Amino acid sequence: MNTAPLLTLENVTVDFDGFKALTDVSLSLAPQDLRVLIGPNGAGKSTLCDTIIGRVRPTSGRILFKNQPITALPEQDIVRRGICRKFQTPGVLPSLSVMENLLVSARKNRAWWLAFSSSPPAAEQERAEEILETIGLTDRRETLAGSLAHGEKQWLEIGMVVATDAELLLLDEPTAGMGPQDTQRTADLILSLVGRHAVLVIDHDMSFVEALNGYTTVLHQGQILREGTVSEIRADAAVEAVYLGRAKEDVA
Amino acid sequence: MKPASLITILTLALGAAAPWLISSYELSLLGRFLAFSLVALGIMLTWGEGGILSLGQGVFFGLGGYALAMNLKLAGLNLANGDMPDFMQWSGVSALPGFWYPFANPWFSLVCVVLVPGIFAAAFSWLVFRRRIGGVYFALITQALALAFATLLVSEQAFTGGFNGLTDFSTFAGHDITSQGAARVIYLITFLLVVASYFFLRWLLGTRFGTMLRATRDGENRVRFLGHNPLPYKVVAFTLAGMLSGMGGALFTLHAGVISPALVGVVPSIEMVVWVAVGGRNVLWGAIAGTLLVNFAKDEISSALPSLWLYALGGLFILAVSFLPGGIAGLFTTPRMPRFFQRRRQEAAE
Amino acid sequence: MHETAFLIGQIFNGFSVASLFIMAALGLALSFGLMRVINMAHGEMLMLGGYLAYLTLLVVPGPLGILVAMPVAFIGAALLGAVLELTVIHRLSARPLDTLLATWGVSLILQQAARNLFGAIGVQVVAPSWLNHTISFSTGILSGLTLPDTRLFILAVAALILGGVALLINKTRLGLYVRAVNQDRPIAAALGVNARLIDLCVFALGTGVAGLAGVILALLGPVTPTVGQSYIVPAFLVVILGGLGSLVGTTIASIMVGLFTALIEIYVDVSVAQVLLLAFVILFIQIRPQGVIAVRSRALEG
Repeated sequence: MNTAPLLTLENVTVDFDGFKALTDVSLSLAPQDLRVLIGPNGAGKSTLCDTIIGRVRPTSGRILFKNQPITALPEQDIVRRGICRKFQTPGVLPSLSVMENLLVSARKNRAWWLAFSSSPPAAEQERAEEILETIGLTDRRETLAGSLAHGEKQWLEIGMVVATDAELLLLDEPTAGMGPQDTQRTADLILSLVGRHAVLVIDHDMSFVEALNGYTTVLHQGQILREGTVSEIRADAAVEAVYLGRAKEDVA
Repeated sequence: MKPASLITILTLALGAAAPWLISSYELSLLGRFLAFSLVALGIMLTWGEGGILSLGQGVFFGLGGYALAMNLKLAGLNLANGDMPDFMQWSGVSALPGFWYPFANPWFSLVCVVLVPGIFAAAFSWLVFRRRIGGVYFALITQALALAFATLLVSEQAFTGGFNGLTDFSTFAGHDITSQGAARVIYLITFLLVVASYFFLRWLLGTRFGTMLRATRDGENRVRFLGHNPLPYKVVAFTLAGMLSGMGGALFTLHAGVISPALVGVVPSIEMVVWVAVGGRNVLWGAIAGTLLVNFAKDEISSALPSLWLYALGGLFILAVSFLPGGIAGLFTTPRMPRFFQRRRQEAAE
Repeated sequence: MHETAFLIGQIFNGFSVASLFIMAALGLALSFGLMRVINMAHGEMLMLGGYLAYLTLLVVPGPLGILVAMPVAFIGAALLGAVLELTVIHRLSARPLDTLLATWGVSLILQQAARNLFGAIGVQVVAPSWLNHTISFSTGILSGLTLPDTRLFILAVAALILGGVALLINKTRLGLYVRAVNQDRPIAAALGVNARLIDLCVFALGTGVAGLAGVILALLGPVTPTVGQSYIVPAFLVVILGGLGSLVGTTIASIMVGLFTALIEIYVDVSVAQVLLLAFVILFIQIRPQGVIAVRSRALEG
């Protein structure tokens, strides 16, 4: 198996007019890795995702994907290289049906002049059907995405991200606003993706993080505080001080 | 046979038979309004399906109208002799300006009717959309465009006919266009082009292009972060709308016998949007029906009570947009609701 | 006239036109920053201010009439703005493009109402005698330069309004709330800021300032039903150039548009200047699409 990292962040710093959202963050992800990114609010988790997908450009440092720098590429080209992200508030296309959402995502040849055909290639349709089943929305096939329940929107967006066949999936708070049952379903869904994709999950629900049980990076005030397995992180005093202690109180 | 296709066939038959069913005055009105409905179809495509609101479609309407009118103005003149259109002589122009010459050829003019608005719409929208200027900003810029275009037409009187525009036409490519027979032919051409545009757009919106356009309207950034570049979909839609407007402008000029700045400026441009708002922005036949309805109403109201029309138009805008966002067509169909109709509900759910 | 004097005269003109743009665009920009909606009837607030000045001077003639007219116009336009916000804008504010169209309907109705009430030709407001002077230079390099008092008055009023609004936004509690809602509406609302009320206040303030600008317009020329229209399109361009809801951005953009128009009109006529202004705006957004002052947003769309 190829051991070269899929994604590498080298000393990435993001400066918002004097406010350092990320300071000197270096991170590396292997292909088919499952990585969990946790940290208190404002730690810079979403900014880190934004920087990887090109929504925010780093002030200094660089990002390599498959050993190619992607820091200066237009957003859609970064996706075409193989990184796709699910957003915090579900970013589904509300007036398109669930199936159309998946088909738009699954479209392989993205040239606009090839869009004047009425039906997508069979392979893309099959893939979309397959994902529809994986995310458990088969009976919502023709429903407009805007009228789905909140949890269903989250799954649909995960499905859309998967449908792009990106090698690296960034999932930003995929369980936001979900009950425990749905959270467990989401964890199972994500675990089923690992192996086919590398997955970077952002969350701060500890039960969810434990269910995923991936290698975990703790971000605090824009810097990497600790990296380790979930149990190591659980046991770490520094992490506890900035994050877990508070999270426990919140739960209690 | 399904009721929908029955209605379609009936409408087509009635439309084609109209020259022999209604008076020549009514036919001339219907012809003009059908020419307008080409503009409306373009607005439905960009605004309804693409979420791009242009308050400057009058510009493209004008470009098409003037492109044809320049030919009509030159018809019958002996250019080699130094002949010039009447208004140029009155303005004291000594020789026909160079850019007028090619328009002496009717076929060149016809090509320009579609190409000039098309190229201009493509260049303009590409410049604005590539820097991701959209929504309200785009609407305001297009309005400034309409204002600048109309002011320029008025002030460059020697080349454009100024405030009065271009009028007083008699022949096109050697054919008399003032007779009653010609009026029927022009009507039928208009009708045919509206039907063709309708079916073309129906096909287009059914392709993946249509889906991508709606996807871009729903979430331009989401589309981008799925690896698609939204720019070409928006530019193509806007360009097609510009070409449709140009065609509409040329046909209108034939029907009305005049094209002038008063038909292409800020107020007429925004009036074009109200046709679609009333008819239904997400339904093709709604755009056509809205155009005919609003314009026939305008004709009735403004001949009876001129000052009432502006109140009515203003009220129509407020009411249609506030209480009937799907327009009249929205009452008959269940169009795919754009995001903004749902945001409230979404917020309530969260 | 000396060339330098002429140039300085044009620059001065540019600044006085810019002051009108600031007053016209201020309300638009503030409300746009807060609610992301543009009020197309904003130009009619200028018109209303003009007619209110005319009416006030009928009641209070004399040199101080114009000073009475200013608060009257401010309050009148602010009240109409509040009504407009409560009836049309608030219910549509989730749909910015529809708000644009509905307020354009309002604009048409207001124009037609003015036409029916005051006639299409317009009414004249005579500037008080204390504004009838001009400062003229007859010697030296500035020989031939004349600065009319009315134009100086415009500059002074605009500077006062701008200073007042800046103080309001930066120093008062209301201003703090405005900034909070501007930055993050849901969070501000969660912290107990009545965002609804802030929207209303800012909107009314903006239309009030436009009403004030209308009084000034009345000093420069006749008040007609469409007097607002000639200033509102450049004001829209100012909003585009300025950046989302930024006071500084709006001011800089107003000066840019004012100076550009005044200087370009040395070489070309007004209509060509309009075309070139639009070309300038399109060129500018190629370089700085986010406007003079950039504001970052965390939302996926918006």
